[in-house]
Amino acid sequence: MSTLALAVRDSSTMLRRNLLHARRYPSLTLNLLLTPVMLLLLFVYVFGGVMSAGMGGADRSVYVAYLVPGVLLMTIGSTTIGTAVSVSMDMTEGIIARFRTMAIHRGSVLVGHVIGSVLQSVASVILVGAVGVAVGFRSTDATVLEWLAAFGLLVLFALALTWIAVGMGLVSPNAEAAGNNAMPLILLPLLSSAFVPLDGMPGWFRPIAEYQPFTPAIETLRGLLLGTEIGHHGWLAVAWCLVLAVLGYFWSAARFARDPR
Amino acid sequence: MHCDTPARSAAIVADGLRKSYGDKVVLDGVDLSVPEGTIFSLLGPNGAGKTTAVKILSTLVTADAGDLRVGGHDLATDPQAVRAAIGVTGQFSAVDGLITGEENMLLMADLHHLSRREGRRVAAELLERFDLTEAAKKPASTYSGGMKRRLDLAMTLVGAPRIIFLDEPTTGLDPRSRHSMWQIIRELVSGGVTVFLTTQYLEEADELAHRIAVLHDGRIAAEGTADELKRLVPGGHVRLRFTDPAGYRSAADALREAARDDEALALRIPSGGSQRELRSLLDRLDSAGVEADELTVHTPDLDDVFFALTGGAAVPHQPTEAAR
Repeated sequence: MSTLALAVRDSSTMLRRNLLHARRYPSLTLNLLLTPVMLLLLFVYVFGGVMSAGMGGADRSVYVAYLVPGVLLMTIGSTTIGTAVSVSMDMTEGIIARFRTMAIHRGSVLVGHVIGSVLQSVASVILVGAVGVAVGFRSTDATVLEWLAAFGLLVLFALALTWIAVGMGLVSPNAEAAGNNAMPLILLPLLSSAFVPLDGMPGWFRPIAEYQPFTPAIETLRGLLLGTEIGHHGWLAVAWCLVLAVLGYFWSAARFARDPR
Repeated sequence: MHCDTPARSAAIVADGLRKSYGDKVVLDGVDLSVPEGTIFSLLGPNGAGKTTAVKILSTLVTADAGDLRVGGHDLATDPQAVRAAIGVTGQFSAVDGLITGEENMLLMADLHHLSRREGRRVAAELLERFDLTEAAKKPASTYSGGMKRRLDLAMTLVGAPRIIFLDEPTTGLDPRSRHSMWQIIRELVSGGVTVFLTTQYLEEADELAHRIAVLHDGRIAAEGTADELKRLVPGGHVRLRFTDPAGYRSAADALREAARDDEALALRIPSGGSQRELRSLLDRLDSAGVEADELTVHTPDLDDVFFALTGGAAVPHQPTEAAR
């Protein structure tokens, strides 16, 4: 079997294993959905009126439209915490040692985790998106092409954060440490334009919020779904995704290639 | 109990294997050679480096130094070819606890690139052979220790490896499961498989292995067949135990060659345990007018070898390589 065929076959076997885990034990994934859904409901129903008024809207629908894209990207951050935890748990299992002594494609263990996690992110985004629609989110005249681009952005963003999360899982000695190490993935959206516009932030903080990975992705998603100005956020979002994905990939691969603990 | 066939080529060869973790030297120049189709047992106490040796020879971790060949392939340059030739069952069960026994088996079949049908057939066959058919649909995490170990080995066998590493396969098992594991290992070898077994149980090495190497302080302290190793320690002994201190003292005076244990009031007299030797010993006791409360004849077993080699006691002589 050629190297590529071997890689594809073994990775798909590992993917099946990860999906089987996710299907058997969905509680971890579902727990991680709680944070974005709770924040969505909190901000819509408790703060929504004030926020909308602040944006010059008549009712809270203005804020719902503003909020949902950020929450969707936050959902990806939250799901990938689960990736870090499950990777670190998996690495302590004897089965990984077994995989390492088998004539399989080396990277397939990680690739299986990554693809499985990206699929989970997509499923989570769809679930949280459904909640968003239920509380009143509607896109403004987005074309099919814009929807596709939005979907592509979400997948690319999930892929980038997942590779980073896999690296975090690999360097963490246990599940708790992995959960802690991956906290920035859910904290960063709080420091972005997900909940309040950049204009409302103090001057010294604005650059931090503006150039961290979440804000460009959120602004791009808003632009695609709501027709707001995308500007430099578009290429910045794609650049962040590519940089994080590549960094995460090489970091993870190097960690996995080391002798196990 | 077994004989070696000298013509066999070596399945596993290590020459000058070294490994340190930080400044702790775990393996300090280990040389070993395992002929094809035999059981080789690496015997040693906890922490002797047995597991490290298995981890290295099974490509899990890299050695610091040493010329290592497994299945004819160089570990340093072609680990993937080594992996294709071996199967490993570790000390801690390498099964996926989150999925069922059957799913574990099918996972292995997929990773060995068997067709779907072939995979199902092999999985069902091995589950049957290891008495796991009934539990096949239950998550492996619910299995008992013995069942997990059997599943672990069954998973190893999916790829029909010619060389199998078993790292303490019976540690923590009850006697019944242990014997069933021994039976399985014997069947494997009768099918021509080479087994590299680590154990801390002397009985297990004695029971199974064609050749035994005693690992101590990162080095092979002795190597040979069970019988060869037993010949390494001075012969057996007779142990006399007394309850009366006066009797103990007179016996000790009469038997000057005996090793004394004043606390237990016991004497240890070197003896092969033959009828003649026993009679002469009893005669001497009679003529001294003492009677022991307890007499036991002790023939050397691997325990003696083990303690002689690893307890800091002087080793009489190193076995030669003659038996290979």
